[in-house]
Amino acid sequence: MNPLPLVAVAGSPNAGKSALFNALTGARQKVGNYPGVTVERHSGRLTLADGRPIELVDLPGAYSLDPASPDEAVTRDVLLGKQKGERQPDALVIVVDASNLDNHLRFALQLIELGLPTIVALNMIDLAKRDGLELDAKRLEAELGVPVIETVAVRKRGIAELQTALDDLLSAPSCPITERVPTELILLQRRARDIATASVISESPVRRWTHRLDSILLHPVAGPVILAAILFLMFQAVFTWATVPADALEAATLAVGNWIGDALPDGPLRSLIIDGVFAGVGAVIVFLPQILILFAFILVLESTGYMVRAAFIMDRLMSSAGLSGRAFIPLLSSFACAVPGIMATRTIDDPKDRLTTILVAPLMTCSARLPVYTLIIAAFIPPASVGPGIGVQGLVLFGLYVAGIAGALLAALVLRRTVVKGGGGQFMMELPKYQVPRLADVAIGLWQRTAIFLKRAGTIILATTIILWALASFPQAGPGEKQSDVSIAGHIADGIHTIVAPIGFNKDISLALLPAMAAREVAVAAIGTVYSLDAEDEQGLQTLEQRLSGRWTLPTALAFLAWFVFAPQCISTIAVTRRETNGWKWPLFMVGYLFVLAYVAAGATYWTAVALGL
Amino acid sequence: MNAPFQPESISLDQLQIGLRASIASIDWDTLEDGEAARLRHFGFDEGVTVEPLHLGPFGRDPLAIRVGRMTVAIRRSHARAVRVLPVA
Repeated sequence: MNPLPLVAVAGSPNAGKSALFNALTGARQKVGNYPGVTVERHSGRLTLADGRPIELVDLPGAYSLDPASPDEAVTRDVLLGKQKGERQPDALVIVVDASNLDNHLRFALQLIELGLPTIVALNMIDLAKRDGLELDAKRLEAELGVPVIETVAVRKRGIAELQTALDDLLSAPSCPITERVPTELILLQRRARDIATASVISESPVRRWTHRLDSILLHPVAGPVILAAILFLMFQAVFTWATVPADALEAATLAVGNWIGDALPDGPLRSLIIDGVFAGVGAVIVFLPQILILFAFILVLESTGYMVRAAFIMDRLMSSAGLSGRAFIPLLSSFACAVPGIMATRTIDDPKDRLTTILVAPLMTCSARLPVYTLIIAAFIPPASVGPGIGVQGLVLFGLYVAGIAGALLAALVLRRTVVKGGGGQFMMELPKYQVPRLADVAIGLWQRTAIFLKRAGTIILATTIILWALASFPQAGPGEKQSDVSIAGHIADGIHTIVAPIGFNKDISLALLPAMAAREVAVAAIGTVYSLDAEDEQGLQTLEQRLSGRWTLPTALAFLAWFVFAPQCISTIAVTRRETNGWKWPLFMVGYLFVLAYVAAGATYWTAVALGL
Repeated sequence: MNAPFQPESISLDQLQIGLRASIASIDWDTLEDGEAARLRHFGFDEGVTVEPLHLGPFGRDPLAIRVGRMTVAIRRSHARAVRVLPVA
């Protein structure tokens, strides 16, 4: 039992709640999950002026206490003290957007009715002023009956005052919570509007930035063109900007590997470290720069408010595939990783929309597939360019992403007519104000996501590489034998090979398919491990690309790429699907249909390429 | 809780972009529970001023509507449930 006082930060979506939470707690946050549900729990510590530590928890954004999504249900349950794994908060910080009081005060009024010690943070007060809105915080305080502090979370303004107010609030004797009859929502809304109107000192009509930007970014013609350009830039950036740091990381890994290799005596230990750990984990770490760039793009799109506009533009197309524009954000997040993407489907209210989105999310090209794509493209596609700034390699990568998207939309369409029939399909979301993203908030998000990736590289991938190294190293090959033929892994691969030989896969690929289930990027690590074990006669470590281009034919490489567009997903995705769909039925269905798709796509690619004489 | 039908009212999806109107009535019964709750969360209520700002590029759907100080996106099919009186 944690004795620290617990303060919950609550508010409507787009009130700047997370920015305020970041400003209060800094980068030292814990990200976990509420038990039984997959709603993220963000918590952090704050030390008050008198040295007392308190725990702060950032509740999911909610419009009211009668939930319309699982996220909102968690917020309600925590506030009512009914959430498993969370004690009831001792105090509340309610965050409201100063320029949207008519709406945000409704939830604030509902929360104040709970009777907990409460402070209202009148956030983004600078943007309200910019929009010509002059507010009377004292009047608001009198109307609400709780302290109101003006804040600009992204500029850390009002944060010290908020801490002082928290200090006072927690020092005062708290009154017990009384059960109250909840006031009807519509009445609260009307009262919220009255208070908001009363709190306005003056309002001068100003042509708002957001409206000007929207008239361009949501323009019927310019809007989709700009969206396509942003996505294209994102994928070109992933390929080009990452080259320098990736090359440096690769060179460093090779150098350290060679150095340790020289220092260690020949034997199983040297083999484990060089062929297992360095060749395996090293091959994945090298792709960190690309994954970081992708995450950074997604975070910036999210924090500027553009992500929702993308959903708006895409909604009609998504709805023709039986999905909602809301699915666009989880699916776009799945470009980084299907696990957070599938978890983000919680914001989709309609259960059938949500299930369909979950089932097709693994078709989005996740960053774990990027190492595989990058390696094969670098080894087989020439680095030529077809125009200024447009490289063939980037185009192929773009094409693979497009293939994944097309596959997902097609799969959704079929699923909606067969196994996930019915349901209205809805799209209702707020278009928040555009904001310049704050570097620190993007950095915190980037760090949290990177930590998850590195943890995976450090645990699942390391374990898988070591097991695979053992399977690939024993029994030892005699003179004149190839290690990859006589080992245990070789025999398992022989079995897989008979199944995948018709679609052009060689034995190396067969060997990589099984560990790829643990995490997709392990396929690269696995191939790396196999080749370095076979390469006893070669001088030092060669790059994996050099080894590959000599051993695979182009049709095989292309078939391998096609396989990975549709490939059955990693164990973590299956696990999160089981959790999000409450059972084994849907994850098993997902694995099955993806296997069939991948097999057919790889086969078609291989035989087309062979027929074209590539 | 349906208000009496006002003949001069039009449905929100028929309202021209950039024209302001006041909500006359909302046909809650044509909406599913979750959808109705969200519309209420967005502040849809009789007497509230709304203004369509943008249309989705494909099939003029969804609609971006200014309601109070917020801009929200809803589909055309849901906008049909809202009857409005254009403000002169």
